[in-house]
Amino acid sequence: MIRYLGRKLFVYLLTFFFAVTIDWLIPRLMPGNPVDIMVSRMALRADAAEVVRSYYIQAFQLDLPLWRQYLNFWIALFRGDLGVSIWLFPQPVISVIARAVPYDLLLLLPAILLSWVLGNQVGAMAARVRWLDNTVLPLAYILTATPYMWLALLLAWSLGQVAGLFPISGAYGYNIRPHLSWVFIRDLLWHWTLPFLSLFLVMFGGWAIGMRNMIIYELEADYSRYLSALGAPQRLIRRYAFRNAVLPQITGLALQLGAIVAGAVATEIAFAYPGTGYLILQAVLNQDYFLLQGCFLFIITGVLVANLIIDIVYILVDPRTRLGMVGE
Amino acid sequence: MALRVENLRIYYRTLRGYVHAVEGATFSVGDGEIMGLAGESGCGKTTLGHSLIYLKPPMAYIEGHVFLDGRELPIWDMDRMNEFRFRHISIIPQYAMNALNPTRRIGPLIADLLATRGIDFRQILPELQRRLDLVQLSPEVLNRYPFELSGGMRQRVVMVISTLLNPSLLIADEITSALDVSTQRAVCEMIVEFRNRGFVRSTIFITHDMSILYQIADTILVMYAGQLAEKAPVEAIFRSPRHPYTRMLIASLPRVGARQRVERLKGIPGSPPPLLDPPPGCRFRDRCPLAFERCQEPPPFVEVEPGHFVACWREI
Amino acid sequence: MGSRSELLYFAWRNTKVRVGVLILALFVILAIVGPLFARHDPNAYVGPPAHPPSREYWLGTTTFGQDVYSQFVHGLRATFIVGLLGGGIGTLLGVCIGLLAGYRGGMVDEILNMFTNIVLILPTLAVLIIIAAYLTVRGILVESLFIGCTAWPWAARAIRAQTFSLRAREFVDLARMSGRSSWKIMFYEIAPNMLSYLFMTFILQFGGAVLIAATLDFIGLGPTQGISLGLMMNNAVLWAALPLGMWWWLIPPGAAITAIVGALYVMNVGLDEVFNPKLREL
Repeated sequence: MIRYLGRKLFVYLLTFFFAVTIDWLIPRLMPGNPVDIMVSRMALRADAAEVVRSYYIQAFQLDLPLWRQYLNFWIALFRGDLGVSIWLFPQPVISVIARAVPYDLLLLLPAILLSWVLGNQVGAMAARVRWLDNTVLPLAYILTATPYMWLALLLAWSLGQVAGLFPISGAYGYNIRPHLSWVFIRDLLWHWTLPFLSLFLVMFGGWAIGMRNMIIYELEADYSRYLSALGAPQRLIRRYAFRNAVLPQITGLALQLGAIVAGAVATEIAFAYPGTGYLILQAVLNQDYFLLQGCFLFIITGVLVANLIIDIVYILVDPRTRLGMVGE
Repeated sequence: MALRVENLRIYYRTLRGYVHAVEGATFSVGDGEIMGLAGESGCGKTTLGHSLIYLKPPMAYIEGHVFLDGRELPIWDMDRMNEFRFRHISIIPQYAMNALNPTRRIGPLIADLLATRGIDFRQILPELQRRLDLVQLSPEVLNRYPFELSGGMRQRVVMVISTLLNPSLLIADEITSALDVSTQRAVCEMIVEFRNRGFVRSTIFITHDMSILYQIADTILVMYAGQLAEKAPVEAIFRSPRHPYTRMLIASLPRVGARQRVERLKGIPGSPPPLLDPPPGCRFRDRCPLAFERCQEPPPFVEVEPGHFVACWREI
Repeated sequence: MGSRSELLYFAWRNTKVRVGVLILALFVILAIVGPLFARHDPNAYVGPPAHPPSREYWLGTTTFGQDVYSQFVHGLRATFIVGLLGGGIGTLLGVCIGLLAGYRGGMVDEILNMFTNIVLILPTLAVLIIIAAYLTVRGILVESLFIGCTAWPWAARAIRAQTFSLRAREFVDLARMSGRSSWKIMFYEIAPNMLSYLFMTFILQFGGAVLIAATLDFIGLGPTQGISLGLMMNNAVLWAALPLGMWWWLIPPGAAITAIVGALYVMNVGLDEVFNPKLREL
């Protein structure tokens, strides 16, 4: 078990290292001086351009030898210094991101957990009830084929614009400031509903399909056949099948994190929901490379930590990994 | 008679039509009898064995009756058969090594199974431990996961589980096929022990290995291409087989001490007919050196001597 | 019936395959023929702004007066090109790495596995954000390259598993004994035996590429020129299509992507049934 966890940790650390290095390397690999590129895009007057250029050179530390730049990058990272945002100058990147994180969590955690749990339940039911299988399955395929932002736009247009039931942008109304009261919380939830729903529905489709297939596979396994031949009721066999089918769904969750991140970004953009996704859009539009870098590192860290948590959960749940037999 | 099968017909439903896997099987197995069910691959012996306990699509019940201890087994009705499964009729499957849920410890697995039959695990535990001891497994095994045991140990666990409720009929499906000779011997001895101690009353031992049957079976039923060829006490099968197929089968067995230069291995030329649209009459006639016009009609499975049944026009 | 034609017979008889192929064909035809009917350049400002569908403009106009129909069919073309290229690159990479890891085993497998896991874990979007942000000019080829180079792990895993099971077979031993080089064995002996699997892998990669491209374009990290379905949705959101209720601009692009990817997934399930007789329903 320790070996299994140790190997995973090693891969994650390697991935983190790899990702940070890419982040540091890319601007320096681009043809031409990254600073020149950025300044030229801003199309400023000559003297203003000079000031900005010298600021950038200092910010990117391009005047230092390469290895020092790399080292300083890591040191800054560990001190939590991700630079200063250009778009929201002079706020430090880390505080900009910190303000957005709660909205991400508010959106993502319920959406991921609920869609996983409900998707598995419905998928399992579809595996044994014929009429459910014939209705749920095609729907699930359509849902999982739907791009996140399109479902978001669809919901925004139908339930928001046309039916007027929900707001279509922002995390809370323009006339309210965040504070702890029922009014604010109600408004928050009202704005939260559509983004949550669009994330939930697409993910739900994927889990339902996956679980249904896994259950069918388990129901045809040798141990299921043996128990049936010994007269065990379907209840027992289904219970075993469910427990065994959930395991790959857990690892599946870890594998899907990359896609979920992309979906969350798209959804937040569609609803102008002030999470990290929205920040990314603004960073791209405003050429705020520091914010972009910060978001990138934040996403990477978040995904790696989530992977680690899921691995630990898996170890607790699958006896085979606990006793060192199977490692992936 | 413990088991009586009358005119059982089991086909496989496929896209291209029915495969005639078991055609009109009629035989009986007595109390305390170990009957070997032998034949080459694809002759229908596994189908026959499984149909008695777990008749699942694509297997299709066409006609016939099965009686166990005088009661008719509703083998076509999956739900009603549950009453008989495990208690009166049981099976040690071919895939015994993989037959245990990998994520459940063996003790709790057995407890779950027994609970669904209304049996308290703690009450049966002493007997369970005795049986584990009999097959040379430590009771510690109950606390283990299946993957912590070797393949042979898992198979023995399955053997104990399948016979735990002292069934009237045990079907052992190719349980020695994947084992080495010394393990084969141990397993065969256990089967005989089960019968001797009364854990199991009658046994149908399915295998293609005639030499094993010689050691442990009381009678042997030979099948060919879905039809019953011959049934007789084991000595009779080996010393005086009457069906041409059985004769050629026995003749093709290598004998200990025989050397290639002195005696060449004899096979049976040709291959079994396809069962999708089988030829009428005796299905062995294309390969049979004694075939004649009468063989176009299917020969009945009749008793030519006490306890000795043959399906061959030449012997009637 | 030879096994090839028997396979095609079963494939066509399978409802899922039939439905999938028909829907896909519909959109392919639309992508090829549609632009011929477009009277205007997709990005040109030609008509009255924010106009609903009419006889003159079949899918209405955008906030700037661009022809939505023209954008739609040109965007469809771009989508298919990215799907083919990106999916193709992803499949090729995945197959090569999967075959190598599965056939060689041992240390090679360990290293490739670790590499695959790293690329798998790294959220594609995050990496592409960084790269695309610094690349001022991006074309369809570059986008397809990105997608292919980050989507291959899924294909590699599947192919590796298949290779493991095939490599233990006799014909591989025979090839090895007769002295064939590893690469020849992998491509001439093993790969042809999993053609059906390769095909299904490509279909999944194709669908995945279309989805990823749409998301990238929507975020604004797609090609800097031309038009695509994702870009249409991006523009729609940025230029107030929602509050203005311009459904003709918002709905068609996403609907097309959903239909295409859905058709591909359904086709994949159907093909699985065709190639795996055990799954066929009687």
